[in-house]
Amino acid sequence: MANDILSLDRLTKRFGKKCALEDVSFSISGGRIVGLLGPNGSGKTTLIKLANGLLHPDGGAVYIDGQRPSEKTKAIVSYLPDRMYVADWMKVSDLVRMFADFYQDFDKEKAFSMLRSLDISEADRMKTMSKGTKEKVQLVLVMSREAMLYLLDEPIGGVDPAARDFILRTILTNYSPESAVLISTHLISDVEKVLDEVIFLKEGRLIRHENVDHIREQEGKSVDQLFREIFAIGTEG
Amino acid sequence: MEWKIDDRFPIWSQLTEQLEAYISSGGFKPGEKLPSVRDFASEAGVNPNTMQRALSELEGRGLIVTNRTAGRTVTEDAERIKSVRQGILRRRIEDFLDSIEELGIKDNELESLLRKAISERSGGTVV
Repeated sequence: MANDILSLDRLTKRFGKKCALEDVSFSISGGRIVGLLGPNGSGKTTLIKLANGLLHPDGGAVYIDGQRPSEKTKAIVSYLPDRMYVADWMKVSDLVRMFADFYQDFDKEKAFSMLRSLDISEADRMKTMSKGTKEKVQLVLVMSREAMLYLLDEPIGGVDPAARDFILRTILTNYSPESAVLISTHLISDVEKVLDEVIFLKEGRLIRHENVDHIREQEGKSVDQLFREIFAIGTEG
Repeated sequence: MEWKIDDRFPIWSQLTEQLEAYISSGGFKPGEKLPSVRDFASEAGVNPNTMQRALSELEGRGLIVTNRTAGRTVTEDAERIKSVRQGILRRRIEDFLDSIEELGIKDNELESLLRKAISERSGGTVV
């Protein structure tokens, strides 16, 4: 593919003696929504942090639109971390203003309209919100950018089914052939309908990278079923 | 429209089938403009590329036309729509006949059972 938005070349990361990611290579092109799947500790968050330039590889390289992660690539990558990173004392309106200042591609109108549809007032302070509402606010901020690459680390982890639907619908309505979305999750049955491709990580290694309908055609089962089969192996003590 | 999707089977073919049935039964009129791929996809909660594949498939079957200016519309060819509908009906009847074959049913028995079932349906339920 000519337009690889994210490309990993033999990426390796160690933490002390532990190899968190080993020799992982794949590419994602524009217009793709890709699931990064694996149980806890398989290397999903490490991979996303490397892609985002928050960690540095011990081997191999990451390319975003052909470039190594840098200040420049931060302008085209919209990242949802796996945990809260915004200050608790801030109001929703402060956060919107902060994002609008930070990112040129931030669409304020889009953010406010999404917040309204979620019944979140811009005058609300983060510390008064439930965990689920905080997560929704962060997702709104991340999805209100016109980025080239969206890196979403467990976006549906702690939210209720209605919020989950909202999140998935937001990802779908935000779809553009020029951008790519990488979603890490272990809740596969909830997201598999919105995915083009899946990448399975097991103990830091890429064990499968495939088109989802191809899996259904070849295996006659859902991605969720395949995942359960693959990861049931080796969990026996 | 209502979508029913089973994750165990290829989603593009389920979308194709459901769209085909919906269009050929008049859910969208001949020549009617269709929603965009993105709108269709978010309504069904599926990936836009998967929806795109289903729509291309229906284009191949002559049920949908893409115009440069108007976007995607249902074909104006009423005969084509009719024949697609006939095709769906025939396939479903074949499936039905296959499913009861092992019971060794005779043609005249089947006919009278069908008549009875149809009249019970249209007569509504008796309480």
